[in-house]
Amino acid sequence: MLYWDQEKECMPREELEKLQLRRLKETVNRVYTFVPAYRAKMDEAGVKPQDIKSLADLKYLPFLTKQDFRDNYPFGLLAVPMRDVVRIQSSSGTTGKPTVAGYTQNDIETWAELMARCMTTAGATRDSVIQITWGYGLFTGGLGGHYGAEKIGAAVLPASGGNTKRQVQLMHDYGVTMLGCTPSYALVIYEEFQRMGLKRSDFKFKSGIFGAEPWSENMRKEIETKWEIDAHDVYGMTELVGPGVAIDCDYKQGLHVAEDHFIAEIIDPDTGEVLPEGSHGELVITSLTKEALPIIRYRTRDLTSINYEKCDCGRTHGRIKKILGRSDDMLIIRGVNVFPSMVESILLQIPGIEPQYQLIVERKNNLDRLEVQVEVSESVFSDEVRKMEELEARISRELNSGLGIAVKVRLVEPSSIERSEGKAKRIIDNRKI
Amino acid sequence: MAKQISVFLENKSGRLAHVTRVLGDAGINIRALSIADTSDFGILRLIVNDPVNAYKILKEAGFTVSETEVIAVRMPDTPGGLAYVLDQMSDENLNIEYLYAFLGMSGSDALVIFKVEDIKQARIAFKNKGIQFLEEQELYKL
Repeated sequence: MLYWDQEKECMPREELEKLQLRRLKETVNRVYTFVPAYRAKMDEAGVKPQDIKSLADLKYLPFLTKQDFRDNYPFGLLAVPMRDVVRIQSSSGTTGKPTVAGYTQNDIETWAELMARCMTTAGATRDSVIQITWGYGLFTGGLGGHYGAEKIGAAVLPASGGNTKRQVQLMHDYGVTMLGCTPSYALVIYEEFQRMGLKRSDFKFKSGIFGAEPWSENMRKEIETKWEIDAHDVYGMTELVGPGVAIDCDYKQGLHVAEDHFIAEIIDPDTGEVLPEGSHGELVITSLTKEALPIIRYRTRDLTSINYEKCDCGRTHGRIKKILGRSDDMLIIRGVNVFPSMVESILLQIPGIEPQYQLIVERKNNLDRLEVQVEVSESVFSDEVRKMEELEARISRELNSGLGIAVKVRLVEPSSIERSEGKAKRIIDNRKI
Repeated sequence: MAKQISVFLENKSGRLAHVTRVLGDAGINIRALSIADTSDFGILRLIVNDPVNAYKILKEAGFTVSETEVIAVRMPDTPGGLAYVLDQMSDENLNIEYLYAFLGMSGSDALVIFKVEDIKQARIAFKNKGIQFLEEQELYKL
């Protein structure tokens, strides 16, 4: 069992909560004093920093949402003057204005520390050769992974995204032991490695730290079996710091939230009420150590639950369940909630089916229709129409019963579904609502 | 016996053209073909002069390809020629998955490609009934 900072990671909960409370008070004081938008929100809710006397008082503080980021675009939520900001990262802004995050020198240090912790949990040491194929640039993946790997003292390959053939060559030639990328890209790289006809035994690849898109437990199995590696799920988002907020240990019983830096709450997304331990709901995160962009009760839109039991790995930090989808990715089809990761999970239970799929939603005569496109691999292909139709019917049956709605399955040629070097595009929603 | 190359195709314009172009560019000649289709997809079945290479090339071009064992039966190119063969097969309880005609000729005879459920059983039955079928290399050389 590898720890990066055993003292913090395995801190008795009582001590941890004391630390959290001290840091929470400081953070609340700071935002109230330095961020007019927070002050306005807190005044409106009738809460003052001195009202926060225990961790349980957190619930009196107002939520922060993506809309607040938009309303205060670009720098309105920063708690430090620009002269103290040393880095700016931002989201792609595909759903509106980009979300902007500022970092002080200390924030960069904290972030590297968090990622070093995650990568160590995933098996990295000073001896590792770590290839980062998350994009370098405004996206937090590339630089986040990079600084974490450097902090550990590993050799980092700043490959960034793109040129899959070169990625495979790098892994092969430079003896890469760990990969940081999106889970779907791990499989794209695998396909390319197969095509190139290289020998698995010539690779030193041992483990991967995967994130930046939701993925199912079956997808993990698929990656672990195909590549014969250990696959870890890393969690984070631009608003929070980037990747590094949580990671699963070798027991893979949920992702340990770095609770000395963040407080996690689970709320009912409709009422905003805090739910008891173990309940399923929306993850809300409060930062405890961030300087430039402290966040109080940020609504992540990610659905999960949290478990505070001490883990077999010795860590005391609470574990969030693997996140199967952000509420933004959820499709509502004829009143039924569908996450792409649910489709993925069902498909991967059918022998021979590859996790290359796409969901296409259409609205015809006011009725939503879901089509799932699945690539036909050699292992399921038959020269007989009857057998192919049986396969189609089987997939369709499994999806119908698993999702609870009728699904039209379309078999498509291999590689006809666009491969992504970053986040996989799983949904094409053609509904005009 | 012969090797048929089967290719999965989406029902989209240009897909068949693409397959045949890939084979043409590699100097592979198509000797017989059939397409079975549904509204969504088709299965292209090919007899070519060099199945080993064809398989490799199509795979490299990104198609889903498989090799299937089929049997090429020679019969007189006269009325009732096929009917006679089918009657004999029925007598022997041979299950046919599908069949299609060969483009070229073998002298004055016609050739039909059969995919049967049990190819060993078919070979024995054909020998018993005196029905001629081509060995692999004979077929590719035609």
